[in-house]
Amino acid sequence: MKLTLRVWRQQNPDTPGAMATYELDGVSQDMSFLEMLDVLNEELIVKGEEPVAFDHDCREGICGACSLVINGDAHGPERTTTCQLHMRSFQDGDTIDIEPWRASAFPVIKDLVVDRSAFDRVIQAGGYITAPTGAAPEAHAAPVPKADADYAFEHAECIGCGACVAACPNGAAMLFTSAKVNHLNVLPQGSPERETRVLDMVAQMDAEGFGGCTLTGECATACPKGIPLFSITAMNKEWLRATRKVKR
Amino acid sequence: MALNFWQSTLGKKIVMGVTGLIMIGYLCAHLLGNMKIFFGPGEFNAYGHWLRVMGAPVLHHEWGLWIARIVLLAAVILHAVSAYQLSRRDIKARPQKYVHTKPRMSYATRTMRWGGVILGLFIVWHILDLTTGTTHSGGFQEGHPYQNVVDTFSTWYGNVIYIVAMLAMGMHVRHGFWSAAQTLGAGNHTRDRALKAIANALAIVLTAGFISIPVGVMTGVVS
Repeated sequence: MKLTLRVWRQQNPDTPGAMATYELDGVSQDMSFLEMLDVLNEELIVKGEEPVAFDHDCREGICGACSLVINGDAHGPERTTTCQLHMRSFQDGDTIDIEPWRASAFPVIKDLVVDRSAFDRVIQAGGYITAPTGAAPEAHAAPVPKADADYAFEHAECIGCGACVAACPNGAAMLFTSAKVNHLNVLPQGSPERETRVLDMVAQMDAEGFGGCTLTGECATACPKGIPLFSITAMNKEWLRATRKVKR
Repeated sequence: MALNFWQSTLGKKIVMGVTGLIMIGYLCAHLLGNMKIFFGPGEFNAYGHWLRVMGAPVLHHEWGLWIARIVLLAAVILHAVSAYQLSRRDIKARPQKYVHTKPRMSYATRTMRWGGVILGLFIVWHILDLTTGTTHSGGFQEGHPYQNVVDTFSTWYGNVIYIVAMLAMGMHVRHGFWSAAQTLGAGNHTRDRALKAIANALAIVLTAGFISIPVGVMTGVVS
């Protein structure tokens, strides 16, 4: 395959970036999207140019490190992570636009790498349980109804990649925050902090400068893990409940 | 607590949802009352008079009407202020646009902001036209709403403004009702089809119902 790549290049957070065009030949349909970028970078290094910086880690679709908005879609045209996207999803001769996640809460560090530590701070605000940690306890010690366990797992699938923020026209982090809130709030282990968790995480989400939700559904469409849009509805319900219960 | 509620994006959305539902409720009542225009000037004008003695003898003359006006004015202001503040925040959250963009959201979703502005302007014109009579075309008569309505819809611009605004209202209600349900935590997988059906039905019935009035005047059914 022969491709034309238009890639966002930006030296550092303080200098303005621009789209740069590269021609890439000899791309196999069996390559992953990131392997295709590896080939591009090898060519750039040979030519003495700066390689394109992009985030990646497990390359198995489970860590949430990879990002990239490909032709306007977070993680590209398939419902998966960029590392699990393969070049067979593209045609020979295609022009592919590659951009970083765009949100004021996710500033660009370099090229396609953005700073997602805003998510870490949202987690630090309440995305945990206060039970003492240690060896894994006996699984039957705290019975969880099957339906609740399934519900928790559906939300626990969130890998925190930030595609929801990238896809949202308002740069909102509602789907991420709601996945974390619902995952813990439905379980007995998470119930002692049920109210403070949702209030604190939403307050931190707002403080990070993410936008608000207008229910466009773009986040759930982009989510590689299929977190449903109703996750946001459930968080709204939890938040309303918590504002009534907690006096502060 | 009240301050925290209003400062949160979720709190502002809840304010928008509740005030939106109040306004949808008002639109339904307003449409039902307006349908009396198809039963002649006697019935329609009597309905207009009743609005002033609504709640009597408990309420003084026009008190019921003024209570409704104050509630609606508060709803419009809270809705618009929340929308303005949230929109400012949303635009700030995505300072750099994508180079590669594609239209994705439905038309109703994309037009919520500008549609809302159009509706706000329409409400001002509608009150100046048919409540105060300030901008009314040709001799506004206090206490003769039937004739006033016929006068308004006898002008081309009256029809255009009204019909455009009602189409905008229908789309606003379509996305707004469903969104309010999600914001207030009422949506889920099993209820979604019902909620979307109610949103569509409200949008179609309200739009078609209100537009039937200028159409009635244009076709001579109401004259």
